[in-house]
Amino acid sequence: MNFETTIGLEVHVELKTKTKMFSPSPVTYGAESNTSTNVIDFGFPGVLPTVNHEAYRLGIMVALALHADVTKYTHFDRKNYFYPDNPKAYQITQSEQPLARNGWIEIEVDGKKKKIGIEELHVEEDAGKNTHGDDGYSYVDLNRQGTPLIEIVSKPDISSPDEAYAYLEQLRKTIQFTGASDVKMEEGSMRVDTNISIRPIGTDKLGVKAELKNLNSFNHVRLGLAFEEKRQSEILLAGGQVRPETRRFDEPSGETILMRVKEGSDDYRYFPEPDLPAFEVEDAWIKEIKDAIPEMPDKRRKRYIDQLGIPEYDAGVLTLTKEMSDFFQDTIEHDADPKLASNWLMGEVSAYLNANKLDLLETKLTPENLATMIKLIQDGTISSKIAKKVFQETIKNGTEPKTWVEEKGLVQESDPAVLTPIITGILDANEQSIIDFKNGKDRAVGFLVGQIMKQTHGQANPKVVNQILMGELNKR
Amino acid sequence: MSYLEMDIETLHEQLVAGKISSSDLVESSLDAIEAHDSDLNAFVTVNDQKALAAAVALDKQGIDPDNKLAGIPIAYKDNIVTKGVRTTAGSHMLDNFEPVYDATVVEKLENSGMINLGKTNMDEFAMGSSTETSYFKPTRNPWDLDRVPGGSSGGSAAAVAAGEVIAALGSDTGGSIRQPAAYNGIFGIKPTYGRVSRWGLIAFGSSFDQIGVMTRRVKDSAYILSAISGHDEKDSTSSKQAAPDFTQFISQDIKGLRIAVPDEFFGEGIDEEVKTQVEKGLQQLEQLGAVIDHVQLPYTKYCVPAYYVLASSEASSNLQRFDGIRYGFRAEDVKNLDDVYVKSRSEGFGPEVKRRIMLGTFALSAGYYDAYFNKAAQVRTLIKQDFEKVLADHDLIIGPTSPDTAFKLGENISDPLKLYFKDVLTISANMAGVPAASVPAGFDSHGLPVGMQMIAKRFDEGSIFKAASAFEAATEYYKEQPTFKGGAH
Amino acid sequence: MISKDQVAHVASLARLSFNDAELNQFTDQLDQIIEMEDELSQVDTTGVKPTTQITDEINVFREDVPVDDGISRDDLLKNVPETKDGLIKVPSIIDKGEADA
Ligand SMILES: [Mg+2]
Ligand SMILES: [Zn+2]
Repeated sequence: MNFETTIGLEVHVELKTKTKMFSPSPVTYGAESNTSTNVIDFGFPGVLPTVNHEAYRLGIMVALALHADVTKYTHFDRKNYFYPDNPKAYQITQSEQPLARNGWIEIEVDGKKKKIGIEELHVEEDAGKNTHGDDGYSYVDLNRQGTPLIEIVSKPDISSPDEAYAYLEQLRKTIQFTGASDVKMEEGSMRVDTNISIRPIGTDKLGVKAELKNLNSFNHVRLGLAFEEKRQSEILLAGGQVRPETRRFDEPSGETILMRVKEGSDDYRYFPEPDLPAFEVEDAWIKEIKDAIPEMPDKRRKRYIDQLGIPEYDAGVLTLTKEMSDFFQDTIEHDADPKLASNWLMGEVSAYLNANKLDLLETKLTPENLATMIKLIQDGTISSKIAKKVFQETIKNGTEPKTWVEEKGLVQESDPAVLTPIITGILDANEQSIIDFKNGKDRAVGFLVGQIMKQTHGQANPKVVNQILMGELNKR
Repeated sequence: MSYLEMDIETLHEQLVAGKISSSDLVESSLDAIEAHDSDLNAFVTVNDQKALAAAVALDKQGIDPDNKLAGIPIAYKDNIVTKGVRTTAGSHMLDNFEPVYDATVVEKLENSGMINLGKTNMDEFAMGSSTETSYFKPTRNPWDLDRVPGGSSGGSAAAVAAGEVIAALGSDTGGSIRQPAAYNGIFGIKPTYGRVSRWGLIAFGSSFDQIGVMTRRVKDSAYILSAISGHDEKDSTSSKQAAPDFTQFISQDIKGLRIAVPDEFFGEGIDEEVKTQVEKGLQQLEQLGAVIDHVQLPYTKYCVPAYYVLASSEASSNLQRFDGIRYGFRAEDVKNLDDVYVKSRSEGFGPEVKRRIMLGTFALSAGYYDAYFNKAAQVRTLIKQDFEKVLADHDLIIGPTSPDTAFKLGENISDPLKLYFKDVLTISANMAGVPAASVPAGFDSHGLPVGMQMIAKRFDEGSIFKAASAFEAATEYYKEQPTFKGGAH
Repeated sequence: MISKDQVAHVASLARLSFNDAELNQFTDQLDQIIEMEDELSQVDTTGVKPTTQITDEINVFREDVPVDDGISRDDLLKNVPETKDGLIKVPSIIDKGEADA
């Protein structure tokens, strides 16, 4: 029997705002427990929610970037359940009329392109955090309570773990380029739940699905789903039945482990939130948000290839993150040659970031300084060898390259009147090399250039040196 | 000095003239409480020391002659949170709860110089019509101590009627200001939904709840309502419409005022003596120049079922936060988290609250939402349209406030359904979000007060103040004083 | 007719527990109340929009600017039955599979 797989993904993304979704307390990361809270976050008797305009705006922006239709008439709903990190015992979310519906993104797996549909997107509030002590108690921190989230629910269009991975990559990238979220799984600003079912090819009815939770990376999603495909098909092939379960991915074993069997469906008793007036989202607002969306990666990539002549692969790397792409853009706007700028970012800059485990924006490198340095190379002021020195200095200390090069006397020597006597002097002192050269041994040239560089402390312009040297050699 | 012979204007004049001080007022309140409250149980918490300190400070500073409310004590229903002053909502659940912030109404009245005298008794979480569901003692009616003061703002009503204080705030979800006002022979107004901020009002039915004022004299309520009205950024449902100075409507001529009298408000189940008194009241209004019209509100009979589904559904969700985790009662002897929830809630809530939580949870639960919650919400639309139609060409809808006068303690408490139907005349104003008041309309043959209800268009409290003050001037029922008869002694 | 089992199920959703006598009484009372509620089915509501709130306001937003209400963490934790190091302490959570955001 052959099976086909149906995967659904529910992605929660924290929206980048200064305050909570329904309260004016600050959104912080890593603050002391229960300090970024107020009476609303604590769910005290008598408090009321208020809607964060910026969170709603960013929600619409994400929806538009994912090609979804923004719902014109909408309202919030309450989702009722008891949990210590849920102080009101209900979450304010959107259920009946979500923020937007019917979006899509395009993925590419093994060279094949596919559109994956998005069922709906809604904005809601995050819960606090429970820590489970080993003393028989749990501890609740409400700092995260109320952080604005957008939840993105895929359509059941994903049919393999690789597609799920590609979907997440593309989703993360798209949202990151809107600037609405950091979308970092390791910091919890992006969280993924997934469900998967399999059925014999050709059957109509979807199989019983298992839910996967507590996934820490896209790779865990892919590995967990792949394990589930295998586990479920083994059950079915053995004549068994898949149970509706919630499972988690166990990294050391690479397997999924049962958390609980779902008995019946949860009853969240959704109903419209009476404390918040409804919304009628105006077209003018949607247009305003649409106009404010930064250029998306696919568009940028195409522009880099077509207009700037950047190789396809390089253009792909440059548009992997918004930081990199914005940095590149900024560098060429400071008149750096696009190809050189691309080479530097993909080469030296990336190597430096990897070696020091830093993000681009955590260094002191500025697009302006990088552009200046590239111009210094191009106009022959510094050699590419010196440039590496300059680069280290400017990325570490933020030093302005031009002034530094002048101060340190690193300007390249290109004057033939200065270089010729040095070169003839070296030729005079190395008769054997001249003989070798005449006998066709090219190595001799390298040796001589080395000598010249040594004497000029590396500051001689290699191009000019080469010209004079060849002329002098041929004269002898 | 007795509040029973005073109004806010007179008190203000005497304060400004230096004939009395704010401290005197607090002391006479405390004296009246001393004299009556062991019988009445109108107060859960008397804020004596802080009130005295505030009055002394104000006296030292001097009374602002432009501020009518300065230096005058007021009582708050105990579901209105007061920073640093215990707030119980009449429940064991919040027995020892000390809020860390003030309700917007409290903040506003404090800014006007009013003094928080204390917190009044109420049905637990405002669920009830007799103040008998309070976790503390039931409040008694000053006109007959064997009878209930109505509810849920029964403590506020009794305190004002007995002259313990000149004014009190209440809250009204389905009649909780108007019905006790009627039972106690005082004026009580529930403003338009959205007129007064709900920030700091412990929620019962969020789309119904409104804070309002209870006083003996109509104009006194106009003063206080003007001070607490207006948009509040903390309450997104509060109206952005500017609130007028409601005292401008007092003593205005009511010639030509168009009054609608719904047949349904005088139908089956309405006490004959109540009908007679209210009809007499209508004649008096007619004599004052009002024009009376008989109308129908056909959906009236569905008000009670629709209301109990909707308000209980909202309540079931609103009361989930009382889970023993962050504040309020936590049961002892708990082994795990679920114990904390179940035991704290089962021991912390009284039977009426549990009944409504159960009803609301049921109405929202899977498979029942459409038949109950959604159906009731649709019926609410029809009830609202009923009102809009009648109020389109009338200034006021008038009828009795309650089907009867104050009943005896214990008489109805074991029959919840019978009690629910006592709200039949008051619920509709909350369903439609329109303002409504109860105005004293005389007494029945037992000497018990009868209330006449006036309902107006959204944001037209002015018409109510106009008609109520004209009626008050013509009838002078406020001159009657409670007898404190009956009771245990 | 609402059954005792249904009442017990609703009670568990609401995190309430009743002993047997209470359960019987609540079943009786809820049954009567629900019977009263069933009168609503007599009303023709075809095409009628539900009213779930009564405010005239629409599109009410708050600007994304932090507000310090001056209430300290100590004050916020003042009513908490048990705390530890600024955290709210609760008996251990047994079922870790409950819903999250
Ligand atoms: Mg704070
Ligand atoms: Zn969610």
